[in-house]
Amino acid sequence: MSAGVPIRLTVNGTAYDVTVEPRRNLADVLRGACGLTGTKLGCEHGVCGSCTVLVDGEGVRSCLMLAVQAAGRDIRTVEGLAADGRLHPFQEAMSAEHGLQCGFCTAGFVMLVVGALDADPSVARDPERLDALLSSNLCRCTGYEGIRRAVLRAYGG
Amino acid sequence: MKPAPFDYVAPAELSEAVSALAERPETSRVLAGGQSLLLLMNFRLERPTLLVDVNGVGALDTITVTGDALRVGALARHRAFETPAVAPGALGRLLSRVSPFIAHPPVRVRGTMAGSLAWAHPQSEWCATAAALDAVIELTGPSGSRAVTASDYFLGAFRTVRQPDEIVTSVELPLLPESDAVGVAFVEQHRTHLSFAQAAAVVALVLRDGAIAGARIGMTGAAVRRAREAEDWLAGREPEPAVLARAGELAAAAADPYQELHAGVEYKRHATGVVVRRALTEALRDAQDGRGRA
Ligand SMILES: Cc1cc2nc3c(=O)[nH]c(=O)nc-3n(C[C@H](O)[C@H](O)[C@H](O)COP(=O)(O)OP(=O)(O)OC[C@H]3O[C@@H](n4cnc5c(N)ncnc54)[C@H](O)[C@@H]3O)c2cc1C
Ligand code: FES
Ligand code: FES
Repeated sequence: MSAGVPIRLTVNGTAYDVTVEPRRNLADVLRGACGLTGTKLGCEHGVCGSCTVLVDGEGVRSCLMLAVQAAGRDIRTVEGLAADGRLHPFQEAMSAEHGLQCGFCTAGFVMLVVGALDADPSVARDPERLDALLSSNLCRCTGYEGIRRAVLRAYGG
Repeated sequence: MKPAPFDYVAPAELSEAVSALAERPETSRVLAGGQSLLLLMNFRLERPTLLVDVNGVGALDTITVTGDALRVGALARHRAFETPAVAPGALGRLLSRVSPFIAHPPVRVRGTMAGSLAWAHPQSEWCATAAALDAVIELTGPSGSRAVTASDYFLGAFRTVRQPDEIVTSVELPLLPESDAVGVAFVEQHRTHLSFAQAAAVVALVLRDGAIAGARIGMTGAAVRRAREAEDWLAGREPEPAVLARAGELAAAAADPYQELHAGVEYKRHATGVVVRRALTEALRDAQDGRGRA
């Protein structure tokens, strides 16, 4: 039961040919087989959001998706945001606005926000929708205000 | 924790999924959005020996209007219902008011309405909606398909008439008539955006000549997810505040809440009455706004 299955994962535009047991979640395979440890695992039941990555452009919980389900899809993780040595504008804004302290939740928040706001920046101008989005993930350090300010800074609230 | 080992198949055809499930139905699970199943497997509260992943069955990924109903395929995600355009008229308005209360955006991208009905969590918004509208649930197994109305479907918390070898293939929600004034509303009491409902009410009201011609009330609960006594009380009456309040009391009396860490049975019963009354009041306003819309 549960022998390894060869799959190809496309992460940040790079193909990774890996052999995984079906029971491995996407987060573990990104961290282990692909060596992309920016994505964090906290609760493993969909609540904390530290494992949020983009699959075909949409933010999902990578602890609640099997790696075999992500084969052939376009996966983006926090490692793929910087381009030409420059951080993504939202990463810059998180730094400028003190949107993180311990940093455990940060990759998840960054992917949550980049996924939603790159597709629809108008969320930044609607406090109710922004609240609903940011309350998807948990941060035990910042009290969320720095993260909210970073959204407004990067996406022009 | 991590899931225990299991076999995994991801067929592209419904018939293949049905045959795979038929091999050892008791220990197999259908994998839809995975937003309840995979977390239970992570904690080894579920240890299936086989997962039949239906995400590749394209035929299930549909939402269509057929006759006087909205037919929702098993792969329609919670997120699809965030816009009122998902269904004509009052049904679209209602579904778009319910969907944002289910979890949060990353869960709504994957979780499915059919999965919610299969799981039958007592606090599920879609189960309350299906109960209110008496949705028709299509179950497909080795001997074909059968259609079960919501009133026959729910047996209790996490219990339905679905057999282990059956797949929920679609959910049919009746379109709400637009000839009369129709008002819809959804009201939920929860601790945080992330929490399941402590109490929630789904209401559809039909008004004729200033009186309530018909009311449908769905609520969170285990075996009782529809407030029939309250519906009967409302039929034919004028929608006065005292009438709506009495309906709330009847719904609360009928409800079957269970004890939770942050909410006892009596609290949840009381809250159910309050959300039903509020939803009725909002539905009335929605019906009145509707006259302007028409
Ligand atoms: C953080 C978090 C918060 C949540 N909050 C809420 C909430 O507020 N309200 C709410 O209602 N839900 C909530 N959920 C659960 C979510 O809505 C799930 O999506 C839903 O309960 C199950 O749908 P699914 O498609 O994900 O099913 P899965 O997780 O894939 O399956 C759930 C169960 O149903 C069975 N199943 C699924 N689809 C079918 C089918 N088509 N035929 C037969 N059996 C099937 C599976 O075998 C399994 O036993 C939350 C989840 C998380 C992670
Ligand atoms: S680890 Fe995935 S949501 Fe917490
Ligand atoms: S920065 Fe520590 S949890 Fe968010």
